[in-house]
Amino acid sequence: MTATPHAADRPGPAQRTEALESLLLERGLIDPKVIDGLINRYVNDVGPMNGARVVAKAWSDPEYKARLMEDGTKAIGEFGFAGPQGEFIRVVENSASVHNVVVCTLCSCYPWPVLGLPPTWYKDPAYRARIVREPRTVLAEMGLALSPKTEVKVWDSSSEVRYFVLPERPAGTEQMTEEELAAIVTRDAMVGVGVVHA
Amino acid sequence: MDGIHDMGGMQGWGRVSIDPNEPVFAEPWEAKAFAFGALSARLSGGNLDAMRHAIDRQHPYDYLVDGYYGRWLGCVETQLVDTGVLPPGAVEARARKLRGEDVTEPAATEPHKPDYQPTAGGSLRTIDGVPRFNVGDTVRAKTSANSGHSRLPRYTRGHTGTVVTIQPAQVLPDTHAHFVAENAQHVYAVSFPSTILWGADAEDFTLTIDMYDDYLEPA
Repeated sequence: MTATPHAADRPGPAQRTEALESLLLERGLIDPKVIDGLINRYVNDVGPMNGARVVAKAWSDPEYKARLMEDGTKAIGEFGFAGPQGEFIRVVENSASVHNVVVCTLCSCYPWPVLGLPPTWYKDPAYRARIVREPRTVLAEMGLALSPKTEVKVWDSSSEVRYFVLPERPAGTEQMTEEELAAIVTRDAMVGVGVVHA
Repeated sequence: MDGIHDMGGMQGWGRVSIDPNEPVFAEPWEAKAFAFGALSARLSGGNLDAMRHAIDRQHPYDYLVDGYYGRWLGCVETQLVDTGVLPPGAVEARARKLRGEDVTEPAATEPHKPDYQPTAGGSLRTIDGVPRFNVGDTVRAKTSANSGHSRLPRYTRGHTGTVVTIQPAQVLPDTHAHFVAENAQHVYAVSFPSTILWGADAEDFTLTIDMYDDYLEPA
């Protein structure tokens, strides 16, 4: 049998992280202010609320939507959303007849500027392994039962291109403002494992 | 390399479940591991591809048990040890010392960061020359990947697909991760019918994945 690669009493990840931090600090290689700033940015400032604003604007403004589909990176940049894992963002549109869903089978590449850091399920081996082999089954398990007539497109993010799903605008939202629309757009719909409900 | 990270199509994992209320970081150490990972290329003189390769090279046991941010933590240590910024075993020894064990920490090593300068920021590049393939061309993914870093998943290898988009040219992860060359080249989004990948009984869908020019041959 294959042995585990470590001693049974190996320090856990919390202890090893503390150890790494102490080694880097004593060598003067990291600045605690930079570390705190990075963490704060991805906890508070960069997340699916960014993507929701992009979607709401695309639903409300046909000219913006045209720009978004033509050059996702540039149109998303109009909001000031840019940075790591957003070097080139391509938008794929869901409709009544086409459903797009995004994965990264090799790691967990994800469009950080619009969605923040990926949720646990996106990084789960089960999702990475199965969504490229039985997407309809996986989506149904996740609560999204698609019609057999719906065309399913799975995008595996293997290069530096990041995929962002423009969900279908739900019926009954015609009178909603952009701000109200942004509030109903979910992270899961922008990855393609859910749809937006009015 | 044919590592544990190459998960597309593996079976036996069970269901995917969503926790709609999960925090960005489940524990404080995850946030720190993320931040160190985000800075790891700068700390080790590497790049994003070298970082990914440091994750791919983790022992399969660690890869699965440590979880996502545990892998980030592991890849930071790997990159720092690879470049002599930290000596091998430094992190574990310091962790044991911090919890009160009587351990001798390894002596510091002389950093030897890679002799490498990117020609530009990021991974996209502007290159000369027309793409080898056009939209609509039939292409075949190569049957094997090199034993170093690669972004050619097993489940696509040897299969025939159709070029649907010409993506921006990018540095080749296979050589960039090892500081050999940027080898910037054309990248194509290639679509495969599910039945090509998984047989006649497959669910009905289309799989599209980006392929670097080096990964393809005409079919």
